[in-house]
Amino acid sequence: MTVIEIKQEGKPNLKVDLRDPLWAAFLAWLWPGAGHLYQRRYAKGFLFMVCILGTFLFGFGLGRGRCVYASTRKNDFRWQYFAQLGVGLPALPALAQAYKTKDGGNPWFPIAYRYPSGSKDPKGNFRNFEIIEDIEAFQKNTDRKPLVDGLYAPPSGPVDEQQNDVLGMWHLESKQKFDIGTLFTIVAGLLNLLVIYDAFAGPSILPQHSKENRKQPA
Amino acid sequence: MTTLLLAVSIWKAHIWYAVPLAIVISLVYGATRHEAIPEIMRQCWHAGVWVVLFMAGIAAIVLLGGFGVA
Repeated sequence: MTVIEIKQEGKPNLKVDLRDPLWAAFLAWLWPGAGHLYQRRYAKGFLFMVCILGTFLFGFGLGRGRCVYASTRKNDFRWQYFAQLGVGLPALPALAQAYKTKDGGNPWFPIAYRYPSGSKDPKGNFRNFEIIEDIEAFQKNTDRKPLVDGLYAPPSGPVDEQQNDVLGMWHLESKQKFDIGTLFTIVAGLLNLLVIYDAFAGPSILPQHSKENRKQPA
Repeated sequence: MTTLLLAVSIWKAHIWYAVPLAIVISLVYGATRHEAIPEIMRQCWHAGVWVVLFMAGIAAIVLLGGFGVA
């Protein structure tokens, strides 16, 4: 058990029981706010949960469930995922999807099907990885395998900046909202790092900016 | 003129997404710096003002830099 004491001017000292700080930090990473709830710091726990999960889910919705994915493929090293992973459990399904799709497999939780590369419309024009509105009709007419967009899944097919690809279609269809969604989810993940630190060591009060001071009781 | 049009279009399009982001960042930052609610709210206000001023400063620099280009 770790208890820290915070001096408050004109008020009795505030004691904060961090309980098991390592476990609290792990819980804080796993689910934003859970570490504080474990420490019985309920107001802060709920504040962090609402703020961070709200930001993450809002961004995830803006990106239409596609802006959180893990990939280290050629031309698609998704560095943003390392920041998004700060949110913990809500970002973890991306790892399972990356594993499921690593050898060209279809992802779990498909949200859209697209024409594969080289598909032509009835007039003979090349299609541009567009969404297939009627997947049953598509599968009746051809034995070609459609590309699948999945929740938390990386874009299907190769990613090549010099050519059309599924990632490009995501940007085209979502406009700037794919990037804004990515930004929101990154910010949520980075903010949760501050929360993890707070759960592990208590509030990081800056003495020069605050009337509060903290000390470890003997 | 082009820069002005660009600024107006950005204002209309996506600037409002910055508002919830600034609020959330201020709240979480404030809450990780203090334990008592009044101190948290005070820190939150200061952080919010800093975030908005910082973003306004960057926007002003970008706009002023763009005037010579257009």
